[in-house]
Amino acid sequence: MNGEQRDIVIRVRGLVTRFGAEVVHDGLDLDVYRGETLGIVGGSGAGKTVLLRTIVGLNRKAAGHIEIFGQDTDSLDHDQRTALERRFGVMFQQGALFSSLTVAQNVAVPLKEHTELPPALIQEIAALKISLVGLPPDAGAKLPAELSGGMKKRAGLARALALDPEILFLDEPTAGLDPIGAAEFDKLIGRLQKTLGHTAVMVTHDLDSLYAICDRVAVLVDKHIVTGTLDELERNPHPWIQEYFHGPRARAAVAAAGA
Amino acid sequence: MDAATCRIEVAEADGLLRISAAGTWETTQLARVDRELRSAVARRARAVRIDLSGLQMLDTAGAWLLYRTLKTLRAQGLAVEFVGAKPDYQALIDSIAANDREQVLHRIHPHRLLALLDDTGRASIHALAELGGLLSFLGVTVVTWARVLARPRRMRMTALFVQMERGGLNALPIVGLLSFLIGVVLAYQGADQLRRFGAEIFTVNLVGISVLREMGILLAAILVAGRSGSAFAAQIGTMQVNEEVDAMRTIGLDPIEVLVLPRVIALVIVLPLLTVYADLMGIAGGALMSWATLDISLTQFLERLRSAVPLWAFWVGMIKAPVFGLLIALTGCRAGLRVTGSAESVGQQTTQSVVIAIFLVIVMDAIFSIFFSTVGV
Repeated sequence: MNGEQRDIVIRVRGLVTRFGAEVVHDGLDLDVYRGETLGIVGGSGAGKTVLLRTIVGLNRKAAGHIEIFGQDTDSLDHDQRTALERRFGVMFQQGALFSSLTVAQNVAVPLKEHTELPPALIQEIAALKISLVGLPPDAGAKLPAELSGGMKKRAGLARALALDPEILFLDEPTAGLDPIGAAEFDKLIGRLQKTLGHTAVMVTHDLDSLYAICDRVAVLVDKHIVTGTLDELERNPHPWIQEYFHGPRARAAVAAAGA
Repeated sequence: MDAATCRIEVAEADGLLRISAAGTWETTQLARVDRELRSAVARRARAVRIDLSGLQMLDTAGAWLLYRTLKTLRAQGLAVEFVGAKPDYQALIDSIAANDREQVLHRIHPHRLLALLDDTGRASIHALAELGGLLSFLGVTVVTWARVLARPRRMRMTALFVQMERGGLNALPIVGLLSFLIGVVLAYQGADQLRRFGAEIFTVNLVGISVLREMGILLAAILVAGRSGSAFAAQIGTMQVNEEVDAMRTIGLDPIEVLVLPRVIALVIVLPLLTVYADLMGIAGGALMSWATLDISLTQFLERLRSAVPLWAFWVGMIKAPVFGLLIALTGCRAGLRVTGSAESVGQQTTQSVVIAIFLVIVMDAIFSIFFSTVGV
């Protein structure tokens, strides 16, 4: 597929974010195409999560433009903003489940809030999403405190998928999981993306995830972003990118993905 | 109706039910077709054909509705088929079908009366366990204290002084202000009542004895429970959440010695000092009010105070102070150490530590009253 003709769902131009005097992103550009899985990588403190939070509107940017589905996020009024937010789902690092609600109730929150579906159907859809993310059948009745870290992430993913988002944002989906759990989670994200056809933007530290499921990768270096497929990035001369993609861990991940 | 909305048409001929689905089947739009599909399912027919050729969009919830209809009809023993489905839609419906499992979504609640009985039992056992736990915590603390006394160099002096500053020095303004105001209120109310008997001068006795014996120490203790007891619970609780307390144990530091002891000793020292201050301020408030409403001059007030209020009244308050300090620090620290995992637990334990500390302070105060009246002071 030719990159020029692909439908751009998120377009970031000249983004500047700063905390006090510290500049995190300085004139950053990024395009996300419809239907792809984009991985965002970078060193600790490079501002990966900040970028994701800025795109979904949780962080205020200092300058620049963010367009989602062709709409400039600055020009939206409250209702348009809500309508836009309904079209994306966010999975937070620790799941960010509402601790006083059961998993099924957590998944039902967006459905109750944004649709007029009858309660019985909401229950059915919640059950379906819980099953889709691979949680055990008794998980729906549990409170977040009764779940393991991996299950919380799955439940968070189920909630993010509640309204069948067109864009799914994932913040470190595999962080804190054991390698087997992380590999399963990668497979799950890949499978869901294939089934549901959404665009996925994923902040990650995990090289295995990159090689397993990402179509393109955006590398945050020097407050800017370098995007490309894995092949392109491996040939990029920037020292940090070289080290990242040619270190021993990267080689292991390539071997694993190739095997 | 525009083509984009989600709709179905149901037609029946010769026992064949035709359901045609059309438009965009998106989560937000499904409410109406859900009702229509449920009623369509209730119809009697031999065979059902579900036509999907008019679909322009299908998401998981829409696919679920179609699959559910298929499943219900098949369960009734009918021949059902989808026709005209695009491969994408068929694949989605298939993956939904693969994920259809029996699930538990609700918690099982016992009968209301049983639940009440259950709660009462649990609460009673909990209260007893709480008391037992506090006693054993007192034991551990005292043993650690004794060990530290045997080797005084192990005492963390910096921590002790920091806690004394936070719990004592920083509490001075609020303790002083409230005690002063209570002194004012006591004098004002007392004067009002006693004036009717021409016994205004006894206002001094009233203010002196009640402030020295009860009000000063109780106010100081309750404020310290609210300020320091809760702070202890929150500080130690947060450390517990970060696994700092566990880290301490693995390094060979005893959390009781490092965290609990400085705080306990600090309050045991500081609460008596705060009590003296609260006593002074309370009496100052009483003196001011007596002068303002009863024309009792300061010298008269002090003269009367010296003759009417025995020194023992002051000591009664002072004897209670270190005991209350100990209780408050123990409940606060213990609540902090009992925090498990989540930030929510920190909040719970903090609230609980304040409630328990104030409860214990007042119960202990009552026990002291009985004791003092038995020994006759």
